[in-house]
Order: sequence, then C-alpha cells, then structure tokens
Amino acid sequence: MNQTLSPNKTSFLHRIHIDGWLLLGLLALMSVGLFTLYSASGQDQGQMTRQLIRLAISFVAMFVVAQIPTGAYRRLSPYAYVVGLLMLIAVLFFGDMGKGAQRWLDLGVVRFQPSELMKLAVPMMVAWYISKFTLPPTTINVVIGFVLVAIPTVLIARQPDLGTSLLIASSGVFAIFLAGMRWRLIGVLALLGGAFLPIMWFFLMKDYQKQRVLTFMNPESDPLGAGYHIIQSKIAIGSGGMDGKGWLQGTQSQLEFLPERHTDFIFSVFSEEFGLRGVIVLLAIYLCIILRGLIIASRAQDAYSRLLAGSIILTFFVYVFVNMGMVSGILPVVGVPLPLVSYGGTSMVTLMAGFGVLMSIATQARLMSR
Amino acid sequence: MQRKRQAIRDHTAESNLFARRATIAFFIVVVVLGGVLRNLYSLQIEQFEDYQTRSNGNRIKVLPVAPNRGLIYDRNGVLLAENKPVFSLEIIPEEVEDLEAMLLGLQQLIGITQEEVDDFYDSLKRQRRFKPVSLRTQLSEEDVARFSAHKHLYAGASIEARLARHYPYGDSLTHLLGYVARINKKDLQKIVEAGQEANYAASHYIGKLGIEKYHEEILHGSVGYQQVEVNNQGRIIRVLDVTPPVPGRDIVLNIDIELQLESQRILDQTRGAIVLSDTRTGGVLAMYSNPSYDPNLFVHGISRNNYAELLNSPDRPLINRATQGQYPPASTVKPHLGLLGLEEGIITPDYTIKDRGRYQLPNVSHVWRDWKKIGHGDVNVAKAIEVSCDTFYYDLAYNLGIDKISDAMYAFGFGDYTGIDLYEESDANMPSRGWKRARFNQPWYVGDTIPVGIGQSYWTTTPIQLNHTINTLINRGERYIPQIIRGYVEADGSTSLIPLKSLQPVVIQNQENLDIVLNAMHDVVSGSEGTARFAFANSHYDSAGKTGTAQLIAVAQGEDYDADKIDERHRDNAMYVGYAPFKSPEVSVTVVLENVGGGSSNAAPVARQILDFYFRDRESIYPDEDVVEQ
Repeated sequence: MNQTLSPNKTSFLHRIHIDGWLLLGLLALMSVGLFTLYSASGQDQGQMTRQLIRLAISFVAMFVVAQIPTGAYRRLSPYAYVVGLLMLIAVLFFGDMGKGAQRWLDLGVVRFQPSELMKLAVPMMVAWYISKFTLPPTTINVVIGFVLVAIPTVLIARQPDLGTSLLIASSGVFAIFLAGMRWRLIGVLALLGGAFLPIMWFFLMKDYQKQRVLTFMNPESDPLGAGYHIIQSKIAIGSGGMDGKGWLQGTQSQLEFLPERHTDFIFSVFSEEFGLRGVIVLLAIYLCIILRGLIIASRAQDAYSRLLAGSIILTFFVYVFVNMGMVSGILPVVGVPLPLVSYGGTSMVTLMAGFGVLMSIATQARLMSR
Repeated sequence: MQRKRQAIRDHTAESNLFARRATIAFFIVVVVLGGVLRNLYSLQIEQFEDYQTRSNGNRIKVLPVAPNRGLIYDRNGVLLAENKPVFSLEIIPEEVEDLEAMLLGLQQLIGITQEEVDDFYDSLKRQRRFKPVSLRTQLSEEDVARFSAHKHLYAGASIEARLARHYPYGDSLTHLLGYVARINKKDLQKIVEAGQEANYAASHYIGKLGIEKYHEEILHGSVGYQQVEVNNQGRIIRVLDVTPPVPGRDIVLNIDIELQLESQRILDQTRGAIVLSDTRTGGVLAMYSNPSYDPNLFVHGISRNNYAELLNSPDRPLINRATQGQYPPASTVKPHLGLLGLEEGIITPDYTIKDRGRYQLPNVSHVWRDWKKIGHGDVNVAKAIEVSCDTFYYDLAYNLGIDKISDAMYAFGFGDYTGIDLYEESDANMPSRGWKRARFNQPWYVGDTIPVGIGQSYWTTTPIQLNHTINTLINRGERYIPQIIRGYVEADGSTSLIPLKSLQPVVIQNQENLDIVLNAMHDVVSGSEGTARFAFANSHYDSAGKTGTAQLIAVAQGEDYDADKIDERHRDNAMYVGYAPFKSPEVSVTVVLENVGGGSSNAAPVARQILDFYFRDRESIYPDEDVVEQ
C-alpha cells in the first residue's frame, strides 16, 4: 500500500479509515453501473437521480461503518444476530407482503428488511463464535456454526427469498471454511448437502421457486411465460458479440424486450451494449475488488477480523457469480442483483456497509500494528 | 479468561491456515468466474450469429403495404372506378387525457352517436393503447371541416385519409363493373387456395362482382413491404427499409359511358337489358341491365335492410339480365334457322309455303298458330324473316329435325357461354334430345321441335349470347368473344390493346345463303312489310335487324292472346336484334324488354333510339383501327 500510493494520500485515507485500492475498485464499478443504468432505464433522469442518492447514502454508510473499530463489531456480533433473528420471526407473523413474498417489516417510520441486517449479522456471529476457540475449529464447533447459519437461512427461505437466503448461507459457510474446517468434514457435509437437495425441493421451496428452477432447466419450453426472461436475456448477451452494439444502442434493452433490465438483468444490458470486451473489463474490476478484499482479510490482526473480512468479500463474489450465472442461463433465476451496478436500494446500502467493515479491518489493523 | 486462552493460541499457525484457505478461495473464485466467462464467450462469440438473428427477429417486423387498385376507364378515357380518399376519425387512446370528456365533446361537435361510442369502446378493448381506433369511418366534408377547426381541443384524435373504391356513375355500371368490398372469410379461403395470402396481406378489399372480380388479378397489384423496428409491444420505433407495392394496372374498357348512360335512360322503368357491341371485335360498347342498384353501398358494407330489399325485390335487381337473364330468343333466331335450312338444302331460296295462319302435323290435332291470325299467304325464307312468319319456321323446324337444329345452333353459341369477361354469365339452354332426357327423363317429341322453329320450347338465350350470334352472322361465321376489357393504360398514357379472342368459327358453305338471310334482316327494317319498318322509319343510317316476341305462357288451344287478361309478369317479352350500318357493320344491338308485349312495337323503337344516339350526327363513331389480330 505504502509503496504504491503516495504516502501523504495514504496517510490521509488511513486517517479516515478508507482503503484506497478498494475505494478505487468500488468507484470504477459504480461508474460502469451508472453508465449502464442510464442506458437500461431508457435515459430516465429520475432513476439516475434516485440511484445517485442511493450511492451517496451507501458511501456515507460505508464511511460511518469504517470508523467503528473492529473490536466493537466483535462485541456487537451476538446481539446483532439475536435482534436480527427476532425480527425475522416477527416478519413471519407481522410482515408486509410484496411481490408474493413476506420480507418487509413496517416499523412505523421506515419499512425494513431484516434479512438485509442478517447479511452482516450472520458472518459476524459465525466469526465471533468460531474465533472464540482455537483454530482450526472442532467438529462440534463446526456443527454449531452450521446451526447458527441454518436458522436464519431457513427463516429467510420461507419468506420466501431464495436469493438472500443463499447469500446468507454462503456468508456463514465461508466463515467456517476460512476458519480451517477440515477437508474430511467438508466432504461429509457435501454429501449431506447433496442429500438435502431433495428435501429442499419437496418441503422448503415454493411453487414459483420450483417453476424458476424448471424453467432454468429448459427455458425454451415456455418461451412466452416463465422462460421469457432467460431467453430474452441470452439473446441480449449473445447478440452483443465481441464489440457490443454500443452504448444506448442495445436493441434488446432499448426496445424493452429485456425484462427487469435496470435491476436483476442489468448485466444483460451491459453485455449487449459493450460485448465480450466490456464483460472482460467488468469481470476484471470484480476480480480486483475480491482480490483486494482477500488481501485485507489475510493481513488482519485477529481471527475474528480475518473470518469476517473473508466472509464478506467471498459473499460479494457469490453475488457476482449468481447474478451473472442466472442472466446468462447457467443458474436458475433467484433474484440476486449485480452488486453495485443494479438499480436498487437496501442491498446496496448493506453491501457498502460490508465494505465499510472491510475498510475498518484494513485500516484498524495497520493502525494497531504501528 | 480471554487473555489466558489468547496465550495458548498459535497466532502464526492460524494466520497461515487462513492465508492458505484464502488462497484456495481465490483460486475457486478465479475458476468459477472463468467458467462464467467461458459461458459468455460461448454466447457472445460461438453462438453470436444465432443470437444476432434472434435479436433481429425480435425487433424487426416486416409489414405488408397494400397496393393501390388499378383504375378503370371507358374507351374514351372517362374514369369509371376511382380510388377516393375517405376520411375517418381516429383516436390514439394513450394520447388522450380524458377520453370520456373528448367523446362528449365530439358528440356535440359532429354528432357522434351512442352506437358509435359503444363500437369504439368495443374495439378499444382489443387494441393496444398506442394504436389508433376508429370512431367514425366515413366523415362527411362538413365533419372534416368542423373537426379541423377545433382540432387543438382534441389532442390524440386525428383525421386519417385512406383510399377507398368509388364508382362515380353509381347504378349505371353496376352489373358490368361490379364492385369491391371487404375481404370476408370465403374470399380469404379462396385467396389461400390460390396461394395469394402474402399478396393480400395488407389488402382490405377484393373484387366481388363484374369486371372488378374478373380482372381482380390485374387490378389488385402486388403487395409491398415495410421493414420496421418495433419494441416489445409492437409499437413501431422507426422504418428501416421500404419495398414499395406495385399498384394494380389501370384498365380501359370497350364501354362508352355515353352509350351506357343513354341505354339506362332509354330503359327507364322497364325491366330488361340492352347490349351494344362492336361487330368487328366483339368488344362490348354498352351493357345495361335494368333495374340496377348503387354499387357504392357495397364498398363499405351494405346494411342488412338495404341488402334484404335488393335481395327480395320482385324486380331482381341483383342479377345481370344481359348475361344471366335467360329469355326465349323467339323470332330473333329466324335468320339463323333460315340459314341452316338453306345450308342443309332443306329449303331453297325460292321454296315457298302458303301460310294460312296455322300449322298442323299430319294426323295430329294440335294447332300451332302464326302471330298473324289470317296468315301471311305465300312466303319464302326471306319473306318469312321480313314479316316474321311463324308457319314457315314451324315447317322448317319440322323438316330439319331437332338434332340438326340443336347442333347447328350450339355451334353458333346458343346454349353455351360466350366467354365474356364476367363470371356472372349463364349458358342458357339449347334444347336437344339428350338434354330433355337428362332434364325430364322424357323422350323428345316431334311436337317439341315445331316451336323451336320460332325460338320457343325450352330454348333460352341471354342477351349477350344473342348479340354474339348476330355478330357471328355478320362476320360470316367468325366468332369473337365479347370482351368488356379493351386494354391497359401504359406508363406513357397510351393504351395497349389486348388481342381479340375467337371461338371455333361457324363454317358457311355457301356465302349466298348468308346474303339472303342478311338481306332479309335488312328488309325487316326497310322492307314494305318489315316488322321494324315503322320503328326505323327515316333513320339516317342503314340498318338491319330482327324482331321477336317471346310468349312466356302457353295460350290454350283455341284462345287468343290477350295482354289484359294476363298477369303483368306473364306478358310477352319484346326482343330486338340489329346492326348497322348494313353495308359495313360496326355496331350490333340487342334489346330485351320483359313483359311489355311485342318486339316490333316495343323493342325495335328502343333499338332505334340507342342506334340513333350511337350515330348521332355522323355515320360512324369508331374507326375500326383497333382491330388487332391475334
């Protein structure tokens, strides 16, 4: 860090608990996102304004979160987890319906998605619990760790919100994996997981989720119904070719054949207009951010920080993978946005808060080491 | 506690363990994202062309553009069928702020009815919000003016002009021109069967009758295409490419609208038909069937009541009497039969009978009477034509026998289609032994043959058929198909004539026989006893002809025909066939008047009127330059 950025700037950024490399990556990503959104929204000034406001709020959230020392997070972990869990249960009983799913909790003043809180609370809790003991964790601690992950995952899956429950499950599992869970145990759990799939299919998944999976298997079976999204998305991506159709020139998006083009399917718009070249650039930005995140995690001073940072950055990767996979037809459509590019509120704030935690870990660690 | 546990932790080992796991994780990230990239490579590079095609298939739509229908002119360039702009009031729902208020306003402005509003809402439901919906399809000029003056108050409503067929001469040409009307299910089926679906993809109208139907292919033209970019709702974003339609060809008819209008004026209230044709080509100069009706009613869809009225009228205006009306030819076929008798050697020019007003077969009590009660005295074949002696022809028919008559008359065109360019044609009937057997399962009796001699007894013909046989006589056996179409209008405005079409000619063995008959027809007009001598007295042109009076019901033996006693619809039909100038014929005329009485006193004067009009103040109107050999 010190070698690459000027010492003055580094010290300034350090003082305000900002990691320069990460910031650079995030800004690059957001710029790409804004350009794409301008095209995907049909040059809608209103949407652009709202997205800019959201980005600003997210940056403030990131900045605020970055100022909080790592120790505070550690102490906060179990409370955040328990409060989040209670709210998830509350959602089951008092939650608002939206798009056929019960996700929102109306707190009178603000509508709030407890599952967003859990995106951070679950890795915090798992990291807190595992890091209390020496690493690698014992089998019993691994099992307890999995239980801590499973409870919120099932609750969120039942809302139903498959995408978020998948992200939360991954965040917890990554923490356990990074803690050094033994390979033999990983093998056993992989087998158990395989056995769990049918149970999930028959008891946990709602009809519309099953339909999504079935459509994913063969989108052409229902080209005007459920398969329409995937087919149109693949046409958009495929017709982009190597060089793309050009910014604002994507016919699939501009002529509105592509559904959800400014939210979950924004990557299709990007691929159509910027082609494979653009896709490679975008993937490189994501990869840099992930790499930087893992470096921050590795340099962290204590086990809790390492696990939390690693878990956050790998969950970020899951976002990228699941979103790109689903719009290009290799994963079922589960409703995961393209992080920091898709138009949308809550998840962006959560993501940036996560990066705030990363920055806190990056800068607190070095301050301590001095 | 905390400090104690921290003390026994191996921080370096834990840190290294994490670093290893993080490295593995990063490796997995790279592999997975590589997989994603590989898949995108497959979509964007390997399957690029397939997806590009599908993307274009999404956005590019090909819209057919209807060709303009060819115009129809008379032989002198008078427009008979035109494409006239029709104005309709259309509303684009999504551009209207308050639809109800607008409809209310339009109700006051141009008197939109509740029915129109209801229809509008009906079609609104079936339409996309950005597509125009018609509120009123035929705006009057006053409507257009009123709306235009207040246009600014009705954002989203506009007047659209489109071309629709219009027949400026209305009922004068209906049976001849026919009309176009909206393509219905039956038409569509025929279009599909003919493999013309694509060509009619944008067309709304098709010829339903007359020339419009017969020459549909020429008049319709070929469809054009517009390649447009559409969005997911089908809204046209922009036009990418245009292949203009090829308009239908403008055609010229042999018809002279002045003659046609005069024919209509002359027929006035009388049911019947007038056919005028150019004897040298068979070209139809005028063809009017009375009564007629307004073809424009059909273009935009005739109302149920109007149609029922036409359909149920006892005057049967819907049929084209000139080509579909089946009338006994009566005495108008005496020239043909006389020629046959001479050619067959059954009679000689001098063969004479003594007519006492009645004819009887040996040992048969039935009496066939001459129209002249006391008879015509001594008559030969020429005299029999001039005075229209029936008895002579009873005798001739008897001597010829039905088989010879039937075959020879069929060869002239009786009982067969002339091939005129109208689908609405009847072949009428030339009776024969075989026909009677098939029709009634009865043998042909000699008694059936006798009235055939005067063009009665099962024998029917259509005016166009009769006209055609007269032309055949004049042309010494050559048979030109009567054609309404004359040619096409070329790009430079000139007319390219279509070649004459002929049928199997009638072979005349002895031309002198034909001369006898034609001279006798001349005598009908100019002879001292000619049946048309009064009608054609003092005409400034020299014509020939033959009268006919067709009995529609049998008069009982021993009773006289008394028009007053007979129901109007059963009274005699008056017939006349003629041509002029006698020496170098160019026009022939056929007149059939239903239920008016004798041909001599009713049909001949009508023929005189129309021929007078034809020759107006000159010997000939049309030079025969347009005779084009095949």
